[in-house]
Order: sequence, then structure tokens, then C-alpha cells
Amino acid sequence: MAVSKRQRAMYIRYAVYALSVAAVIAVALFVDWEKLQRAMFDWAIVQEQFPRILISAAKNTVIFTILGFAGGLSFGLLFALMRLSTIRPYRWLAATYIEIFRGIPLLVTLLILGFGIPIATGWQWPNPFLQGAVPLALVASAYMAETIRAGIEAVPKGQMEAARSLGMSYPRAMITIIIPQALRIIIPPLTNEFVLLIKDTSLISVLGVTDATRDLARFGRDGVNHSANATPLIVAGLVYLAMTLPLTQLVAYMERRAKAAGK
Amino acid sequence: MSNEIILIDDYVVNVADLNKSFGANHVLRGINLHVQRGEVVCIIGPSGSGKSTLLRCINMLEKPSSGTIVVLGRELTHIDCDIDEARTKIGMVFQQFNLFPHMTALENICVAQRKVLGRSKAEAEMKGLQLLARVGLTEKADAYPGQLSGGQQQRVAIARALAMDPDVMLFDEATSALDPELVGDVLTVMKNLAEEGMTMLVVTHEMGFASNVATRVVFMDDGVIVEEGPPSQVIAAPREVRTQMFLSSVLNH
Repeated sequence: MAVSKRQRAMYIRYAVYALSVAAVIAVALFVDWEKLQRAMFDWAIVQEQFPRILISAAKNTVIFTILGFAGGLSFGLLFALMRLSTIRPYRWLAATYIEIFRGIPLLVTLLILGFGIPIATGWQWPNPFLQGAVPLALVASAYMAETIRAGIEAVPKGQMEAARSLGMSYPRAMITIIIPQALRIIIPPLTNEFVLLIKDTSLISVLGVTDATRDLARFGRDGVNHSANATPLIVAGLVYLAMTLPLTQLVAYMERRAKAAGK
Repeated sequence: MSNEIILIDDYVVNVADLNKSFGANHVLRGINLHVQRGEVVCIIGPSGSGKSTLLRCINMLEKPSSGTIVVLGRELTHIDCDIDEARTKIGMVFQQFNLFPHMTALENICVAQRKVLGRSKAEAEMKGLQLLARVGLTEKADAYPGQLSGGQQQRVAIARALAMDPDVMLFDEATSALDPELVGDVLTVMKNLAEEGMTMLVVTHEMGFASNVATRVVFMDDGVIVEEGPPSQVIAAPREVRTQMFLSSVLNH
């Protein structure tokens, strides 16, 4: 009896399912769960983390993220508009800025601005939050500038023409007509940038921040040093997930809706 | 009164020796066009003849390569001209409507009144509702463009342009993107506007509209004005061979 293409695909799928289930069962049987739990998810240590991990560490992560996002969005918009400008030096300046801050790893930028410049010049950051948030915002603005520019360019040309034909100046048309439409287009990619930013705040911990400005990653690392147990980092990871998962789900929902609307 | 003042007052649009090139492509070759107050000038011609470019030059959406354009006494091609201010008096209607999709029909009509003319919200909305009534769309005030048919969108776009109280209206193939059954409503609005005495420049493929409504028909081909005159001449009895050929290809289908 000949096996049709469709039947063969079905058999292959069943075989994959069976293998996956077997693999999960094998792992579950052979891993020493008690030992693993003691090393990585010790309930007593988990309880020790709370509530400080939320009221201090997670709060600081949120503060760094919001400062980075607000700064990144404002400067990103500025650089996007400069890249679209008819004035050449503006375009060059914005392109150079974007290339520099996208090309250097955030960790290096953080060290240069947070450490290097204060050491070299004697100048001190007035606020430990700014020391971490400003480099973060500068890098974020380079990425967001490109996202915003793509959004502005995705607005049909006729929109600007219609606005100008009604007597609006170029800046007025941008603010009233083009940018609101561009922002709507880039809400999903911008939310993705926000998620990346939440995670990137973990790099700020290299700056040796004070107790009051410790973010989630630093909090977890210090917890590991203190307890010689991986649990604090696992808990920190779970708190990150609690923040990022709803946002990535939101993006997925918005993209599904946009796809449905486009049909 | 001197002759000069009458001249400025009567000629709404004065185009002199207008040239426009896109790279090596010479689209307009020495156009001269004078439009008096109350005239309805239909510009016809094959695609690529430069008629849309001419219209877009009249409100400077395209920058002329050379020549002068004077609209309502303002020389738009002069370096010191405040083009934004001048455009408030020149209404434009586009082939693709170009309504603002993030605003309702009424907001579309009000936004420039408020942001450009500085009218109050109440004043702008009163004007907006009057204009929506005039184009027969009172009940669509709160609808978004995406919820309107093409013909309804174009009527809102006409109302939006009229809200600025323009002295001249430019129509750039206003019915070309519409399904055939929706063309009539838009043409009716345009016809009423013409009868109320609005000065209009209309780039169109609607020969019926040109015959019945235009006070003058301009036939363009290859970047020049080949023939112009009343519709009874240009459409009914064209003198130029190119005009005859174009009309026979348009009318015999």
C-alpha cells in the first residue's frame, strides 16, 4: 500500500512528538531533583529575597528602564528628524551618532561614560541613577532613531502633501499629522526596544552602584556571593520574566491584530 | 481705479514660462496660463503630459525649475514668499484623497482651521458641520476615513480644503481613483462649487464634466499647452491634430 505524502508527514510528526515526550521523561527520571532544588531554588533563600527584591531591586530596574526609554525616545525622535532633514550637516551628524552608538557594545559605552570619563576628567556624576541611565539612553536613542525614521517613512507621502497644501508648515505637519501616524506604526517595535532595555539595565551593575541603586541583576549576584547558592539569580531571572513576558505577549497580540487589519 | 489693481484682482493664477524637469526628464516646457476669478479651467491630456505637475507647481508642491507663478497677487516663485500663508488660500484635492486616517471626518476638516488659522474649536466645528452638510455627509462627521467609501472620502477631502476659505481650488484627478458608481457624487459637489463661482483648476479625464462645467479647456501634451479655449471648441471641434487624436481615443470607448 502506497503511503501518501500527507500520511508520511503525519507519521513523522507523531514520531517527533513521541521522541520529545521520551526525552522529557528521561530528564525527569535521571536528574537528582532534590540536589538541584537545594542548589538553585532553595525555598528559604527565595523567601529571604522578598520583599527587598521587589521594593528595591526591581524598582531600580524599572527606574533605569524608564529613564533610558524616555531619554532614548526623545533623543531618538530628534536624531530621526535630523536624519530626514534636507540640511546635510544634520543628516551627517545624526548618521555618525547612530553608527557610533550602535557599533560600540553597551557594556563598553557604560564603562567609558560611567567610569572612564569621571576618572580621566575628575568630573563626577551628580546622581548615581543618571550614571547608569544616561549611557543606556544614548545607546537606546541610536536604535530608536532608526525605528522612528522607518515609521515616519512608512507614512504615505500624500499625508505630508495634504498637510502642507492646507498651509501647515513642515514642523507643524510633522507634529500634527506625520508623527502620530508613525508612532502608531512603530508601537510594536518600540515595545520590543522597551523589553530589550529592561534586560540591558542588567549591565549597569558593572558600575559598582551603591546599595540604594542596585538593580535586579546586581541584587541577584550579591545574593549568590552572600549565600553560595544560585537561588538569588534564579529568582532575579523570574522577576525579569514577570516584567518582559506580558510585554512580549502584548507585542504578539498587536502584531496579530495589525496583520488581521491589513487583510 | 487703475488698470493694474483690476488686473491683480481679476487674475487668480498667472503662470509665466514655467519649466519643470525631473533630472533629465523635461516635464513642463514653457507653460503660460492665466486664470481669472470665477473661471473653471479643465486641464486634459494623455498621461505623462505634465498636467498634474502643472497643478502641483501652482501650490508649490513641486518646485518649478524656472518661470514665475503668481497666485492671488503673491509671487510664489519669489524667494521671500511665505508659501505656507499663500497655500491657505489655495485649496487642493488629491487623486488618493489623502485624508488623515487617525482623525474623524470632522477632525480632518477642523485640524488646519485650528492649527493654521487659529480658529476656536467651536468655530471650526460649526464650519466643519456646515461643509459636511454641503457635501451631503452630515451623518459621517464622527466616522474615520477607513470607514468611508472612496467617494465619501473624496467629498470630505473637498470639505477639508474648503474649510480654509480658499480663493481657488485645484483638483488633481479627483475622481480617477474612484469606482465608477461613486464618481457622480463627487462630480456633483464639484459642479455645485463651480456654479457658486469658485475659481477652479481641474485636471480630469471626465470629458463630460469638462464639456458641461468648464469655462475653458486646456489640452496639454508632452509638457506644452497644445490648445485652449471654450469646451465647445477644444472638445467639440478641436483644431489641433494632437487634440483630435487624444479625444478620439478617449471618447470612442
